[in-house]
Amino acid sequence: MDIKDIIKPENKVYGKTPLLTDAVMHYCPGCTHGVVHKIIAEVIEEMGIQDKTIGISPVGCAVLAYNYIDIDWEQSAHGRAPALATATKRLNPEKYVFTYQGDGDLASIGCGEVMHACNRGENIVIIFINNAIYGMTGGQMAPTTLLGQVTATTPYGRRADLNGYPMKITEIVAQLEGTCYVTRQSAQNPAAVRKAKKAIRKAFENSMMNKGTSFVEIVSTCNSGWKLTPVKANKWMEENMFPFYQLGDIKDR
Amino acid sequence: MAVKGAIVVDIEKCKGCSVCIANCPTNTIALSNEVNGKGFNFAIMANPDNCTGCTNCATVCPDAVITVYRVKI
Repeated sequence: MDIKDIIKPENKVYGKTPLLTDAVMHYCPGCTHGVVHKIIAEVIEEMGIQDKTIGISPVGCAVLAYNYIDIDWEQSAHGRAPALATATKRLNPEKYVFTYQGDGDLASIGCGEVMHACNRGENIVIIFINNAIYGMTGGQMAPTTLLGQVTATTPYGRRADLNGYPMKITEIVAQLEGTCYVTRQSAQNPAAVRKAKKAIRKAFENSMMNKGTSFVEIVSTCNSGWKLTPVKANKWMEENMFPFYQLGDIKDR
Repeated sequence: MAVKGAIVVDIEKCKGCSVCIANCPTNTIALSNEVNGKGFNFAIMANPDNCTGCTNCATVCPDAVITVYRVKI
């Protein structure tokens, strides 16, 4: 059979969702941000909530997320996305409100905001992209950097006596009464992407049920910051990140 | 039942990250020798006969540049 006979509109099984704009993403080749943007866009499309969703973009690589997903967006000050989401959701309880934050934004400067938003049990979704490094500013150590991991500011590897220990924000958040769904996912292969999509969909559905905060961590790669190719970065993540940041649902009620 | 697939890559948006190649179970995709307007070697169907239209490549593509088609034969 000729390829031209296969490539017809009626045979299409998968393509870019119309919720993703035609803008070329500024992310580095192979960046997990692109995959997660795509998952979120697909979930919003499948739920049919494009005109009812408000995203809060962070400071970091994902600051320009509003260019890529065709929904309403707000752009918050560094780390303050949960505070902005709190206000947005309280004023518009009929909207689906989510924040999209990296580990530099959420785990470092915004640590206080996220803890208290989760503790208050705001009915929002928090999507936490954890790549164990500050990607945008050039690969410096983040609170989530693994022990021994080489970054721009820890050229001999992170040392516990000098730099402290990596922080498992997701486990901390799971202990708070206000959260209803806390999970850690990844997006390096098709199975993981499908699982992450399911988790994000569940989180969006929870936000309308007055159950509390839903928190989805996606363990991600930063191949530029890690100085690896995208494929090797995925492998490095599986070998080094997953033993410490274990995947799966931590809390679900 | 046998299936046959094909992919179409948005060449100008592909960044040649190769994540699709690593996740293709049938060894269909490879990077081209040519480059696109941004200077990236883009993904192509190097072995079109192998493609089953499983959508793995498009699922993991960070830039959503792959469209998958499938027919039953």
